[in-house]
Amino acid sequence: MIFYVVVLVLLLVSAAADRRKTLEALKVALKKLKGILPQFAVMLILVSISLYLLPEGVIREYLGDRDPGRGLLIALLAGSITLMPGFIVFPLCGILHEKGVSYMILSGFTTTLMMVGIISFPVEKRYFGWKAALLRNLISFLAAVMVALTTGILFREISL
Amino acid sequence: MKNKGSILFTAAFLIFIILSAVCGYSHGTDIGKNFISFTLSMLMILPGAFIIIGLFQVWVSRDKVEKHLGKGGSPAGYLWMILLAGTTVGGLYVAFPVAAALYGKGARTQIILSYIGFAAVCRIPMIIFEATFMGMKFTIIRLLVSLPLVLISSALLGRYLEKTGWTMRDST
Repeated sequence: MIFYVVVLVLLLVSAAADRRKTLEALKVALKKLKGILPQFAVMLILVSISLYLLPEGVIREYLGDRDPGRGLLIALLAGSITLMPGFIVFPLCGILHEKGVSYMILSGFTTTLMMVGIISFPVEKRYFGWKAALLRNLISFLAAVMVALTTGILFREISL
Repeated sequence: MKNKGSILFTAAFLIFIILSAVCGYSHGTDIGKNFISFTLSMLMILPGAFIIIGLFQVWVSRDKVEKHLGKGGSPAGYLWMILLAGTTVGGLYVAFPVAAALYGKGARTQIILSYIGFAAVCRIPMIIFEATFMGMKFTIIRLLVSLPLVLISSALLGRYLEKTGWTMRDST
């Protein structure tokens, strides 16, 4: 994994420059990681339950709704409540598009997936507090609606 | 203890998973399998991310962050955030502690909110996947619409939060 090569290089450079500071950095890392672990555990539990309740097949069925308005709404909500890594989402969406799901609906799904995080809310709330986390998610939801509609218009899937 | 709820919830969940495995309750074991695979994939990312946060904490001075990303910082601060976000691994859950570290060093609210937004929409590995499976046009439309929206909304939300005396927790 390239990421850990980068981490290792950074650590080595840091240790070469100042061993004590590097040790301090590792202590900080451990302390911060331990501090947030309970919220991460909750998030992981919510992810595993939600993906059990909403497996790929169900998502496929609902996003393919014949009515574009309802399809989009379902896509936006499904994207908001689930959390999936990009290497799963985009191949899935590629398949969905081949099965006839519109770009607009897939855009609504992927954008809320990226920007709105109901499942990561426990983590977000821990840092930002209730109000700021809620506002950020609401604004992001609206942004996702705009992204999806623009996508729909530019792909000529909907007209004004 | 502030984490009591989370810890109790996690403990209850683990007991449920273990009991499901013992009794052969398939709904429970399916959820348990999901949980193990997600936990493993996250454990791959989190330690590295937090090591980088730790290095940032000891090497980058408060003055530098304040000068470029603080109150007097220029709009170029947002460009730095796009670059930082582009190279962020994982998802929002990694971006939150990074934002907290930046805030703790004096970055202003608008800047860290923009970082969160950018980290959501323009992580480079994710964009590569997106363009591969959905096509360039789809990806470019999404970026061209979402980037300005992130910029505007974080500026507005940040200003509002600063006015109401909001501060970030766990930022030191």
